[in-house]
Amino acid sequence: MAAEIARWLTPWEPLYWLIALFAIVAACYVRGLARRRRARDVLPAIAFFVGLASMYAVMQTYVDYYAQYMFFIHRAQHLILHHLGPFLIALSMPTAVLAAGAPLWLSRGMRGLGALPPVAGLYRVLQHPVISAALFVGLIYFWLWPSVHFTAMLSARDYWLMNLSMAVDGLLFWWFMLDPRRPGATPTTYSIGLRIIVLWAVMPPQIAIGAYIALAPDTVYDVYAVCGRAFPISPIVDQQLGGLITWIPAAMMSVVATLILLRLGFVHDRSTASPTEPAVTASRPDERQTV
Amino acid sequence: MNHRLPRRLFVVFALAATALLAACSGGEPEYNAHDIEGVMPDLAFNLTDENGNAVEADDYDGRLKLLFFGYTNCPDICPATMARIRAALGGLDDTTRENIDVLFVSVDPERDDPERLAQFTSSFGPRFVGLTGSQEQLKALSKRYRVTYGYGEPNDNGFYLVSHSSAIFVFGPEGKARLLVNQEQSVDALRADLKKLLERVD
Repeated sequence: MAAEIARWLTPWEPLYWLIALFAIVAACYVRGLARRRRARDVLPAIAFFVGLASMYAVMQTYVDYYAQYMFFIHRAQHLILHHLGPFLIALSMPTAVLAAGAPLWLSRGMRGLGALPPVAGLYRVLQHPVISAALFVGLIYFWLWPSVHFTAMLSARDYWLMNLSMAVDGLLFWWFMLDPRRPGATPTTYSIGLRIIVLWAVMPPQIAIGAYIALAPDTVYDVYAVCGRAFPISPIVDQQLGGLITWIPAAMMSVVATLILLRLGFVHDRSTASPTEPAVTASRPDERQTV
Repeated sequence: MNHRLPRRLFVVFALAATALLAACSGGEPEYNAHDIEGVMPDLAFNLTDENGNAVEADDYDGRLKLLFFGYTNCPDICPATMARIRAALGGLDDTTRENIDVLFVSVDPERDDPERLAQFTSSFGPRFVGLTGSQEQLKALSKRYRVTYGYGEPNDNGFYLVSHSSAIFVFGPEGKARLLVNQEQSVDALRADLKKLLERVD
């Protein structure tokens, strides 16, 4: 049993700097929670840790082995890296807790880095609604382009470039989408309506590529036959499952995010209408810092 | 608050996208197969050959090497691929052919002992060598080339399927990774690639 657990926890391809990064973020967050001791941190903390742990699990445990040798598990891995994990992390608004837990030099350093004009400028460009949507969909299409996908699964360097670019873009996109501050609070806090348009704009292309893969009569990605599968399974079933994962849950995330944004808009409206009665469920706009 | 992105940023993005496309399209590919030079590491392994001797990659130095992962009970891909390689080699002259080794690595050591491997490879010709090893040795070699294998559930007769890579990996005389040949490539295209590789080597 213990051996089995150890086998699952051992990274298939260890990236020590990545493990260290996850450990530092988790340690800062736990320390922040301990310092703040606020009951209202509990739910966000759960979302944060589920998001962080799921992203870690699909990259630095034995799950990665299956993701490399099974198309549908690879699609599930990207669903977590690009959608679910970053979504939960952004939803938990971890900046304040992380800042409370990080050593002073680190939180100061990060704030200083974010304030540098080139960094702030690049961030503003990446979070522009059109560019953000184009990157979100563009990366999915780019890495699923059959010839690109072929090389990415064969080259260790490209494989990690693919996974990490999905993770970073996922964080950027959902950070932009789920920003709880009042629209206009920062240059990258766009109106709720605009954000919902972006959420719905990224849905049809994801449905299209997912449906294309799921319904394709022939093999679209031969690299899984080239590399061998983790266990014998019909290539077409593998592909159909992968297509469905790209198609349905990925698009569903836009619907879920829309509901969250509608609620957020409602909270903003209500707190404007009756300023004396603070919206208890409102997110903590003051605590969120610009990256 | 500035929600409008300056026009020049769009220009920068358009230029970047064009540059990326230009970089990706590149020139005419030299080989029919995928060129994996520099993408994959040099050939290295510790295995047992069909005569029961421990062998290393260095033992095959000086010749072009075609590496294939399979198992002798394989109902389709392995015999078909071996037959394709035999056909491709058949069109070469004797001296050229003698500069090529075909390494058939069985990932099913449970059933494929050296004797059985020798029987399997002998039906394809003298250039074919059967290799296998412990799970540890096989895992090390397959992971090195980012391929894998797995075993299905045995049926009532104890027969089980093995999933494995369907590609032929081609290595240069010094063990440098050169080409990856997949199932779609024709015998003629494979032969042309091998000829070209040997010419460049000489």
